[in-house]
This record gives sequence, structure tokens and C-alpha cells, in this order.
Amino acid sequence: MSAVAEKAPEQAAATPSLAVRGLVKSFGGLIASDHIDLTVRPGEIHALIGPNGAGKTTLISQLMGELTPDAGTIEVEGQSIDALSTASRVERGLARTFQITCLLPDYTVRDNVAVAVQVRQGHSFRFWKPVAKDEALRRQAETYLAATGLAERADELVANLSHGEQKQLELAVALATEPRLLLLDEPMAGLGHAESLQMIEMLRGLKNQVSMLLVEHDMDAVFALADRISVLVYGRIIASGTVDEIRDDPDVRTAYLGEGDAGC
Amino acid sequence: MAHSYMRPVLLIALLVALIALPSVAQASGYNAVTSLATRVLIYGIAAASLNFVLGYGGMVSFGHAAFFGIGGYVVGILYQHFALEEPLLGLIPGTNQMLITLPAALLVSGILAAAIGALSLRTGGVQFIMITLALAQMLFFLFVSLKTYGGDDGLIIRRTNELPGLNMRDKHTIYYVCLAVTVAFFALLYRLVHSRFAQILVGLRQSERRMAAIGLSPYRYKLVAFIISGMGCGLAGALMANFLRYASPDMLHWTKSGEFMVMVILGGVGTLFGPFIGAAVFIVLESLLASWTEHWQLGLGLILLLVVLYTQGGVQAVFSRLPGRR
Amino acid sequence: MTLFIEQMLNGLQFGVTLFLLAAGLTLIFGIMGVINLAHGSIYMVGAYAGTVVATQTGSFWLGIPAALAAAALVGAAMEFLVIRRLYQRDHLDQVLATFSLILIFNQVITLIFGRQPLFVATPEFLSGSIEVLPGLLYPAYRLAIIVVGLAVALGLYLLINKTRIGMLVRAGSTNRDMVRALGVDVRLLYTVVFGLGALLAGLAGFMAGPILAVQVGMGEQILITTFVVVVVGGVGSIRGAFFASLLLGVIDTALRAYLPGLLRQIMVGPEADALGAGISSMGIYLLMAIVLLIRPKGLFIPKS
Repeated sequence: MSAVAEKAPEQAAATPSLAVRGLVKSFGGLIASDHIDLTVRPGEIHALIGPNGAGKTTLISQLMGELTPDAGTIEVEGQSIDALSTASRVERGLARTFQITCLLPDYTVRDNVAVAVQVRQGHSFRFWKPVAKDEALRRQAETYLAATGLAERADELVANLSHGEQKQLELAVALATEPRLLLLDEPMAGLGHAESLQMIEMLRGLKNQVSMLLVEHDMDAVFALADRISVLVYGRIIASGTVDEIRDDPDVRTAYLGEGDAGC
Repeated sequence: MAHSYMRPVLLIALLVALIALPSVAQASGYNAVTSLATRVLIYGIAAASLNFVLGYGGMVSFGHAAFFGIGGYVVGILYQHFALEEPLLGLIPGTNQMLITLPAALLVSGILAAAIGALSLRTGGVQFIMITLALAQMLFFLFVSLKTYGGDDGLIIRRTNELPGLNMRDKHTIYYVCLAVTVAFFALLYRLVHSRFAQILVGLRQSERRMAAIGLSPYRYKLVAFIISGMGCGLAGALMANFLRYASPDMLHWTKSGEFMVMVILGGVGTLFGPFIGAAVFIVLESLLASWTEHWQLGLGLILLLVVLYTQGGVQAVFSRLPGRR
Repeated sequence: MTLFIEQMLNGLQFGVTLFLLAAGLTLIFGIMGVINLAHGSIYMVGAYAGTVVATQTGSFWLGIPAALAAAALVGAAMEFLVIRRLYQRDHLDQVLATFSLILIFNQVITLIFGRQPLFVATPEFLSGSIEVLPGLLYPAYRLAIIVVGLAVALGLYLLINKTRIGMLVRAGSTNRDMVRALGVDVRLLYTVVFGLGALLAGLAGFMAGPILAVQVGMGEQILITTFVVVVVGGVGSIRGAFFASLLLGVIDTALRAYLPGLLRQIMVGPEADALGAGISSMGIYLLMAIVLLIRPKGLFIPKS
């Protein structure tokens, strides 16, 4: 919320939220990232589209430090994060959601978020006070649940949530880390039409507060939300530009959009 | 839930029963029950400590006998230097005071756990199991070879450590001391497993990947949990050496680590009371089977195998019956 | 110098024995995802079966098929009755179930054969010594163990790199789901791998008979050393298991042979011997600790 949001729209030349240069990652013979260059400007939603297996999730994993790239650099807000652990990257304002949800199944919805709040506060070497009686923590967790439409479900176990609710919780947990750059890995995947619309509204509400890299197959969502789009095919960015530029790009149409419209 | 008010009542009833136990045992002529109960309390502490990393943290340590044994040896070694009146390494005077030996055992087992944990937590899964097992076994070999401290034969502690104002030659007194330590340990553990720290630890058991993605560095939390757990086992070992008046390499043998795990399983993984119940079941089972046959381990093995294979999906089923967890 | 070479050969002999066990253990873990503590029990069963048959019949050679058959039989029963139920379980269940198997095996063997260790004579044909180098006589039997161990290693190498089964094993140890996706009968593959591991363990147990006492508990002692081998070599890697076995076998033997002598230079005899024995039995564990500090996944697993 802060300074980033105010200067974001007019100052495209400002320090980018995310700058990826020459990123390479291969697994055996398979090249998942082939010299990727990518910039996310402050406050924008930058969509990353491409067919399955193009290396989108692999890219997010490298941005988060879960995978180590073979070459290339990643900068967040002008500073290199290449040497940082996942935890330190989160401290620098990065957060991700998982395509295949990765939640704490034995915890309630509230506790999933409360743990994230607790980690952000950094007071976790506390061995004496009962965490369940920590009202402040509960209240904070509940604000994120309210923001993602999960307030009613706070006491439910994650295992009992619907798929759509789990996706919402993914977002709530990511927001609880108070990110400045959010990496969203197919937040609409598996959602029904109504749920998708709800998710789009939520993300739109976050616009200008957080920069976002949105990996998504749902083109309606992408066109509704994105400021700019990059197209990833076989580990390479084949095009990058505004929504209109991408929509009209012949290469993109043949490589991706035609196929994307028909199938999924 | 219904048992929310039952629990304090049950706890108090249990405590009263435990306090009355030696007198009842004496009156009814079953004096051996008091010794049995003392061992249950001590093993209960050890199993509950293991359970903290195993059940709450999801770290399958197969080397907790190392901490149990080192706790015992701290008592034994300090006593030997006290009896011979020559300081350890020419610096540290020996002692027979429990108020010193127990904290010393906690300290030493904590340092050992820090070393073993720092190494073994660099890996996970099956390597973690093998490494904790191997490092504990290494300590076993060390003590077998230390002739100064009895080697194979172990160290005899002629008299149980002293506590001011108490007659420690009385079996009942020892029982009550162990009971007091157990109650204190249990109260601490109760606070611990409901703390912020445990919230993180249980989260790590469920998904380390998720915890990293919200900004947590797993290693140091797991290490601290491992150290706490090792100290608990060290405390149990120190009490055991006092109770048996003996510390031996058997205390650090890998089968002891296995026994602790068995206790945790029998009682219920990841529960507060489970390990104590498991320790009671194990000790009673052992005494019963051993009174029938010298091959009692055959019976134990079969029972354990059946428990693991057939209790509705094994150990996981025990998990699922817990309120608030899967 | 000849003494040194002799010790190296002893180390090699211990190393190949370790390899016979480690190969099975690392494959079973790599492919089936099961940690089998009872692998040492199969080694013990092989040793007992072979030794008993060899002493009863008076023919060492009849001991070999007996050991292999017993190990295979016990291994198959173990896989069918217990291990098969553990594939989908977590490591804790696996550890406890196979720990209970150790207790059961040890007691059953005690019930049948008692607590007295058994001994078997080396076969006449291999009872002498061979002059491997001028002035260096080395027991033929130990030499035979080395030859057999290396032959097995070569056979495994060919099996894994040149055959279809081997291809599946290789694929399975790196990507279990892929093998399933190929339409392979995974259950059969598991049984084959487990059976192979059991055979090797039984062979190792029988060959150790004339050198070590055959007794209850022999399996666990070597099992823990084998764990160290597997960790140092890298879980799932046969190549790693091979080199780590030889490395640890040689180091362990060298420490036991030379450390007490070195210590005696600075301490009195008996104490030096005891401490030397202690430290040398710790040697391989310390080595494992160092490996873990440098390469937590083992020496022969490429860094990912």
C-alpha cells in the first residue's frame, strides 16, 4: 500500500518490482528456462501465459529460491536476490501461491493463516505462552480471511474445504506474509465460473497494492486483469507486451492462443 | 468437547493415584509395583521427549538412546570422580548432589543433541533415520572402549545422588522424586506443545515446503526441537542411573532407541499423554512376557508387528483419531 | 610393507561383504522407498542355514545353495507378508515393522539354535594360503571372498546397465511413478529387487561364516555399518554403494590395525588398546559426519 502504489502508474521507468535476466534452468536434457528475461513493473499485474510444460511453475520456483537456476540473475526492487534463501526472499516481499494447493492439512483455516502471520512477525522462538490464546494473532489472521471471503470457514479443517476454498486460502496465506510481489500459480485452475469471477475480483482489489506475476490458463481472467503479458513456450519468452499487442501478435496466435482457446 | 472439563478431574485423580501408589503397593504386599512405576515414569519422560520431535515435528530419530545414555553417564561419571576424590580432567570436581547432576545431564545431553542434530538435520527422510542411528551407535562404541568408566561393564554408582533433607536410600523417596520431576516435566511439555514454537514445528511436519514459502527457515526450528527433545531424554537417563545406581553402554544401545519408538507408537504418536501410556504398556508387557519366557522379545516383536500393520492403517490411524489433527 | 598390503586386502574383503549388503539395501530403498532394518536378519539367516547344512553334510559347497535358498525364501516371505504392506506407509511404520522383524528373527534363531555361536571350517580347497606377492601369503578363503564380491559387483553392473530389468531398476530408483506409467508390473519388479537383495545378503552371511562367529545379533552389527555405507555412497546409488563399501572397509580395517599401535606410543598398553579399538570403531561414523558436512546427499549423488 505505500509508496509503491502512488508512483506506480505514471512512472514506468521506476525500479522494477522484479527483473529477471538470462535465466537458464535445465533438467537433464529438458530445458525448462531458456534465457528468460522478464520485468514486472511496480503495481502492475504481469500475466505469464503458455502451454502446459512451458516452464511456468519452474520459473516461479526459481524466483522463490526453491530451485536454483543454472545461470542468470533475479533482482527484486533493484537488489539481487540470487544468493538468498526462500525465507529471506519472503522477507524481501516475495510470496507465492501453489497451483496444486500446498496447505497444512491438519490445521484449521485460521491456523494456516495465523502461522504465516506468526512467521512474518518473527516471534516464533516462544515456548511458554499458549498460541491459541493469542487474540492479536487470531484477529490478524481473520482480517486476511475476511479479505478472501473465508471468514465463515475459519474453524474448518483444511481437509474439509472445497477446491475453490483451498485456492482462496492459498491467496489468504500468501497475503498474510504482506508481500510486495505476489507470484500466482494458476489461481483459477479448477475453479467454477462463479468462483473464477470471485477470484478475479479479489485480485483486482489487490491491484496497485501489490505487484503480481500471474501464471494463468484462463484467458478471460488474463485479459480482465493483466496490464502486460509475456508468453512462455518451451522455456523461452516468445513475446512480451500489452494485452492488445499480445492479442494481435501472429506468432502468439499460432503458438499458443489458437490452441488455448479451443481446449482448456 | 465433553472432555474439556473432564480432563482436569482425570488428571487430579491420576495424580492422587500415583501419590498413593507406593503405600497401596506396600500394604498389599506388591512392593515391586513401586519399582515398576518408577521405571514407567522415567521411560515416560524419555518417550515423551522423543515424541516431541517424532510426533510433533515429524523427525524420525532412531538415535535417542544416545541422549538417554549420556544423561546416565553424566551421573555415573560425576559420582565416580566424587568417590575417587579426583576432579574430572583435573578441573571439574565430581559430585553426588542431584541438584547439580540433573542440570549437568541436561546441559551435556543438550550439547550432544546440538551436535548430532546439526549434522543429521542436514538431510531428511531415510538418511535422517540412518544417521541418527549411526551416530548414536558411535557413542555406544566410545563408551564401550572407555575403560576408565567401566567399558563394557558400565559404571556402578554406589549410592543414589543426594537431595537435601531426603533419604535417598528409600525406594519410595526415589519414586516420589521421579514423580515430582515427571509432573514438572509434564507441565513444561504441556506449555511447550501449545506454544508458538510448537505451532511452527507441527506446521513443518505437515509441509516443510509450505512453511518455507511463508518465510520460515526450517533448519533452526527443527534443530531447537531436537535439542529440547535430547535434553528430555538426558534427564530421563540421569534419573534412570540414579534409580538403578548403574550406568552402562546398554543405555545407549540402538535397541534402546527402538524401545523408545515402540513406546511412542504403542501410546499414540503426537499426543501429550500417549508416550506415558505407551511406556506403561511396554514396561508391563515386558515384565509379564519376561516372567513367562526368556524369549519375551518374540512376543513383543509379534505384538508390535500387528500394531503397526493392522491398527487401521497403522500409526497414521492413531493420528487420525486425535481431535484437531488428521 | 607386506603387512600393509595384507591389511588392505583385509579391508577389501570387509568392503565387498559390506557391498553385498549395501547393494540390496540401497536398491530396496531407492526403488521401493522402504527402509528395511531386517536386511541384517536375512544375512543372519543365510549364515545359519549355510553353516548348519555345511557342518551337517560335511560339504561346504552344499552350504551355498542352502544359504541362498533360505535367504530367498525368508526374503520372499518377508516381502509378501510385511514389506508389501509398507510401500505406502511412512518411514516410521517401516522402521517399526522391520524393527519388530529383527526381534522376531533373533528370538526364533535363538529358539532353534541356542545362544552358542556356530563355527564352520573353511573348505579344504580354500584352506591354504596363496602367495599373492613375493613374500606375501594371504588366506585363499579371504581371497575367494574378494573375488566373489567383485564378480557380483560386475554382474550387478551388467545387469543394471545392459538388461531390461536393469533399465527398469535404474528408472525406478530415480522416478518410481514413471516406471508405473510405463505399464510395468511394479509389484513383480519389487519382488525381483527384494529377492535379489535377499540373495546377496544371504551370500554375504554364508561367506562370513568361516571368518566370523555365526551368532544372533551378527546381522544388526553389520547392518548399521551398511547404513553408513549407504549414506556415504548416496541412497539409491549402486555405484555409490560399491565405492563407499570399499572405502569404508579399508579405512575401518586400517584404523583397527594401526591406531592402537600409534596410541601405544603415547599411552600405556591396555588403555591404548581399548581407546584405539573405541576410536577405530568410531572412525567410519566420523567419516560419515564429514561427508555429510560436505555432500549431505552422499558422495555419488550428483548435486541437483
